[in-house]
Amino acid sequence: MDAIMLSRVQFAVATYFHFLFVPLTLGLSVLVAIMETRYVWTGDEEFKRMAKFWGKLFVINFALGVVTGITLEFQFGTNWSRYSKYVGDIFGSLLAIEATLAFFLESTFIGIWLFGWKRLSPKAHAACIWLVAAASNISAYWILVANSWMQHPVGYVIRNGRAELADFWAVVTQPYAIWMFLHVISGAYILAAFFVMGVSAYHLLRRQELSLFKRSFKIAVTFAVIFSIAEILIGHYQGREMMRIQPTKAAAAESVWESSKGAPLYLFAIPDEKNERNAVEILGIPKLLSWVALGDKEGVYRGLKEFPKEERPPVAATFWSFKLMVLLGLFFVVVSIVAWIKRNAPGDSPGLLRLLIWSIPLPYVAAALGWTVAEIGRQPWIVYGMMKTTDAASRVAGSQVALSLAAFVLVYTVLGIVCFYLIYKYARTGPEPISVGNR
Amino acid sequence: MLETIWFLLWGVLWAVYFMLDGFDLGLGTLAPFIARSDVDKRVAYNSMGPFWDGNEVWLITAGGVTFAAFPTTYAVMFNALYTPLLLLLFGLIFRAVALEFRSKVNNDGWRKLWDACHFLGSFVPALLLGVAFANIFKGIPIDAEGDFQGNLLTLLNPYGLLGGILFVLLFLVHGALWLAIKAEVPLEERAGKAAGGIWWVLLVVAVIFLGATWFATGLYKNYLAYPALLLIPLITVVALLATRVFIAKKAWWKAWFASSLTIVGATLFGVVGLYPDLFPSSLDPAYSLTIFNSASSPLTLKIMLGVALVFVPIVLIYQIWGYYLFKDKVTTEDLASDEAY
Repeated sequence: MDAIMLSRVQFAVATYFHFLFVPLTLGLSVLVAIMETRYVWTGDEEFKRMAKFWGKLFVINFALGVVTGITLEFQFGTNWSRYSKYVGDIFGSLLAIEATLAFFLESTFIGIWLFGWKRLSPKAHAACIWLVAAASNISAYWILVANSWMQHPVGYVIRNGRAELADFWAVVTQPYAIWMFLHVISGAYILAAFFVMGVSAYHLLRRQELSLFKRSFKIAVTFAVIFSIAEILIGHYQGREMMRIQPTKAAAAESVWESSKGAPLYLFAIPDEKNERNAVEILGIPKLLSWVALGDKEGVYRGLKEFPKEERPPVAATFWSFKLMVLLGLFFVVVSIVAWIKRNAPGDSPGLLRLLIWSIPLPYVAAALGWTVAEIGRQPWIVYGMMKTTDAASRVAGSQVALSLAAFVLVYTVLGIVCFYLIYKYARTGPEPISVGNR
Repeated sequence: MLETIWFLLWGVLWAVYFMLDGFDLGLGTLAPFIARSDVDKRVAYNSMGPFWDGNEVWLITAGGVTFAAFPTTYAVMFNALYTPLLLLLFGLIFRAVALEFRSKVNNDGWRKLWDACHFLGSFVPALLLGVAFANIFKGIPIDAEGDFQGNLLTLLNPYGLLGGILFVLLFLVHGALWLAIKAEVPLEERAGKAAGGIWWVLLVVAVIFLGATWFATGLYKNYLAYPALLLIPLITVVALLATRVFIAKKAWWKAWFASSLTIVGATLFGVVGLYPDLFPSSLDPAYSLTIFNSASSPLTLKIMLGVALVFVPIVLIYQIWGYYLFKDKVTTEDLASDEAY
C-alpha cells in the first residue's frame, strides 16, 4: 500500500473507533438528563440512582469519545495537509467554531456534573447535564456541517489557488447538512435507547432492581419508537437530497448501472463491478426506485455508466453497506414497536428481553455502515466534484504512516477492549445499593 | 490587521492551554515521585478531576484556530511534526483513560498499570510540546513546497530538548503547587517542598534557555526593534521570582497564580518574538510561513473573530466558575464518593 492508501485506512480506523463512543454520548446524555430532571420534579430518589447508574456508564464511554476526536482533528493536518491547505479557509473554521461553541461547554460541564452531586443544588446539577447534552448535540451539528461541505461544497469561491469562503450562511444551513444532522442524531438516539433497553432487559430477566429498570426501559422505549420511525423518514429525505447532489453515490448505493426511466427496486441484487452489471437481480418492483428516490414514478434514475469509471465510488462496499443499514433500520422499527407495546410489563416477555440484549451492538453496526456509505460512497473525491482524495494527502513517507497506523490499531484495540469491558462490568453490576446511593 | 489580531489570539490560546493543562501534565509527571500511598495518588488525580477535560479543549481550540485562521501553517506544521504530534496525542489519550479507568477495577496491578500510563501520558506531552515550540522558534527545515526535510531526530536537537526540559520544569512547579493547594497535610507540605526545590532547577534552565535563544533563534529581533516589548520577558521574570517568594510563604494560591503568569509570559515571549512568522523555515527565510502568506480570507477571519469575541469570554466565565466551585481541598469524604477517580 502507498502512503495515501495507508492514510485513508488510518483515517478510517480513527473514524470508526471514534464513532463507537460518540453516538452513546449524544443519546445517553439526553436520556440521563431526562432521568435527572424527573428526579428534580418528583423528588423520587430512584430517579437519582437511575441517573447515577446510567451516568456512570456514560462517563466511561465519554472519555474515549473525547480523546479519539482530537486525533481526527489533528489528522487533517498530519496526513491530509494538501486538503487542509486547499479548504482550510472553510473547513478549518467550522472545526474551530465547534470547539469554541460546543466542545468547551461539553467538557467543562461534564466535569462539574460528575463531581458536583453534593456541591450543587439538584436543579443546578440537572442543568449541568442538560448543558452537556445540548453541547454534544450542537457539536455534532458543526462537525456534520463540515462533513456535508465535503459531500457537497457550497458558499465558496476558488481564489488564491484555494477554496475561500464566500457565503457562510449557505455553508451552515445547506439542506444536506440539516438532513445529515437529523440522520446522525436520530441514529445516536436509537443506539442509546437500544443500549438502555438492552441493559435493562438483562436486569429484568434476572429480576434485579425491577422498579428502576422498568422505568429506565419505559423512558428508552419511547425514545426508540420515536426515533427509529423518524429515522426512516429522515433517511428517505436525505436520500433524495443525495440523489440531487451526489448522483454517483446514489447510483452505487442502489447498484444501478444503466440510467433508466421508471427504475425498478430490486429486493435482492449482487453487484458485479468488473463487468459493470449486477450478477443477480431478483424480485424487482417496477418503478419503485424512481418513485422513492425521485418522487416521480417515471423519473430518470441515473446509472453508474453515465459517469466516467474514474469518478465512480467502489460499488460493492457502498451498496452492501447501504442495504444492510436500511435493513437494520427497519429491524429497529419493528423491535421498537413490539417493545413499546409491551412497555408496561416487559418482564412478561423473556424472548423480547433476550432479543433486546443481543440487539445492543446492532445500532453500532448500523452507524458504522452509514459512515461507510457516506465516506466510501463519496470517493474518489475528498470534496465532491472539487478535490480528489489522491490530491489531498500529505507528502509523508509510507513507512511513517504504516508505523502510526500500526500504533493506532494496537492502542485502539486495547483501549476499546478495556472500555467495553468496563461498561459491561458496570452495566452488569447494576446501580449502587440504596444506602450507598443516598450518601 | 486582522491577521495580527488572530496571531495574538493564537498565542493567547496556546498560553492559556499551557497554563491550565500545564498543572495537569506537571502533576501527572510528579505524582509517582511524591504520592506515596494509594490515597495520595487518588488525591493527586482527583485534584484535577473536574478540570482536565475542560483544560484539554484549549489545545483542541488552539489546533482548530491554527486550522481556521492560518490553514497553510496548520497543514505544513502538522505535517512536519507528524511523529511528535501523534506521540503527543497518544500521550493525552493514555492520560485521559488512565484517570477514567484507574479506580474502576479493584486490583493493585491494574492501578499500577494506569499509574504508569498516567505518568507517561503527562510527561511525554509536556516534553514534546516544549520540543515542538523550541523548534518552531529556531526554525524548521521546510522547503518551498512546505515539505519537511528532516525526521524526528532533526527535532531532538540540543535547543529543542532544552525547550522540552524547560516546559517539563515549568509544568512540574505548576503541578506541584496545584497539589499543594488541593491536598491536605502532609501531602500538601511535600508538594510545596517539591515546588520550591524544582523551582531552582527551573531557574537555572530558564537562564540557559534565554541565553541559548539568543544564539539559536531570531526571537530577540523584535525586542531590539521595539524595546517596549521587553516588558513581556520582564514581567515573566518577576512572576518567576514571585513564585518562589510565595512558595516560601506557603501562599499556594498566590504562588500558583504567579506560576501561571510565568507560563503565560514565557509563551507570549516566544510568540511575540516570532511575529510575523508562524512557522519559520531554517532552510531559507523565503520559505517561512508568516501570518501574511498563510492566513485565511478576510471574511473567514472576520466571522471567526466575531465568534471568538462572543464565546471565549463566555467560556472563561463558566470555566472560572467551575474552578471556584471546586476550589476546596480534596477530602477523604470526596475520595469516598463513587464518582471519584
